[in-house]
Amino acid sequence: MRRKERFTIPGKYILFVLTLLCVGTMSLSFLTDFDGGVLNVVSGYVLIPIQRGINSAGGWMRSRVENLEDLTAVKGENERLREQIAELTLENNAMLQERYELEELRELYDLDNEYSSLDKIAANVIGKDTGNWFNMFVIDKGSNDGIRVDMNVIAGGGLVGIVTKTGPDWAQVRSIIDDMSNVSAMILKNSDLCYVRGDLQMMTEGTMQMNGLRDPNDEVEQGDKVVTSYVSAKFHKGILIGYVNEISTDANNLTKSGSLTPAVDFEHLSTVLVITDLKQQVDVDADVEEYTSEASAKEDDGETENASDETEGGNETESSDSAEPEGEAAE
Amino acid sequence: MKRRIVTVLIILIGFLFQCTVFKTLSIGSISPNLMVIITSSFGFMKGKKEGLWVGFFCGLLEDIFYGRLLGMHAVIYMYIGYANGYFNHIFYGEDIKLPIFLISASELAYGLGHYVIMFMMRSRFAFFYYLTRIILPELLYTIVVTLLFYRLIYGVNRRLDKEA
Repeated sequence: MRRKERFTIPGKYILFVLTLLCVGTMSLSFLTDFDGGVLNVVSGYVLIPIQRGINSAGGWMRSRVENLEDLTAVKGENERLREQIAELTLENNAMLQERYELEELRELYDLDNEYSSLDKIAANVIGKDTGNWFNMFVIDKGSNDGIRVDMNVIAGGGLVGIVTKTGPDWAQVRSIIDDMSNVSAMILKNSDLCYVRGDLQMMTEGTMQMNGLRDPNDEVEQGDKVVTSYVSAKFHKGILIGYVNEISTDANNLTKSGSLTPAVDFEHLSTVLVITDLKQQVDVDADVEEYTSEASAKEDDGETENASDETEGGNETESSDSAEPEGEAAE
Repeated sequence: MKRRIVTVLIILIGFLFQCTVFKTLSIGSISPNLMVIITSSFGFMKGKKEGLWVGFFCGLLEDIFYGRLLGMHAVIYMYIGYANGYFNHIFYGEDIKLPIFLISASELAYGLGHYVIMFMMRSRFAFFYYLTRIILPELLYTIVVTLLFYRLIYGVNRRLDKEA
């Protein structure tokens, strides 16, 4: 295609205009809930089908390779398994007993029915964050399948993350180990509240941060279950997040923090369940109020009034400080 | 026109590979950055303006699917592409030293920029950790991938130049 020399705009002007445009969209998406609108739809229609194809092709190839590897491994494994069966039958009996105990405990916490009464749909993970800094992924269900922003995502019984953006047939999920994730949580056995946040630095060890735990009676110990709390505006109550890994008292001598091991294997995530019931949406201010009133109500059965005052102050800054990323991502 | 279609295809394929295949090839949860390779090489092969546009669209794609602030990656990549365009007149194709150097520099700039905008701004000051754990490994991996893929991009580009 040959044409006469056209009038062209110098590069630096284009650079300037596009920079302004980007700064504009950046502040727009930071300040409002604008998330790309029509861009999401158009790019979704072009890329998602191919992405799905690549993934199924990749999955097929991987399963072929695995088949071959498996065959050699299977023989040795067979023998080991036979021995294991004998062991397990014994163990099973012990487990059965523990199960009755578990059922009793579940009734106690009333988690069981709440968990299973929620509507869920399955989705495949079809792409992961392009960079190495964050932990977002894209699933192959979107607003056409009833996915909305702020829906909880679980896998293998544990919390995976939350939907942060939707297209017609794709949705972006931020996992809880992401550096910007922040979940209000509680210790299952004594309902003590704390915050669980992802941390890039700890991600390499496979752990997450746990902050702001009161635990006045030193009850929390390694291996305790941590679940989503009843004060969270977005996460349903009682979804397993992980297990306490280590815990230590903060410098203020009032709260504790530590690390916890997530219940979900984030390295090998391929299918997830999206809970299509939204937790009733409350605006963030109301949530913080609710939280502080809960906190002060809890502190009333604490020891001295003086100490509880201080904790309340400490907790408030903690909550306003940490509510920010959550609100920012959702709003 | 043909050049545009091919360029768009390269960007799309690069992006798709980046978030699927290369994620499964990641070593220690670090995967190479194809988008920087594409942006940077278009910059020094075709000049500032082309680098700018290619960077803009690479970044925009990342922003739409994996971003938090729409336009943030677009800006970073756009400036990387534009800056690489300054080296267009000393670029002579066959020699791989300049491309490797420029792509590494771009990747380093991308890593540092990303750290400053997304981490330092949120008071995560363990710079040395992020440097050794994320930025440098990603840089190394990207260089290895550049050695493999640069010829491909260069070949396609030369072919288009001949036809035009």
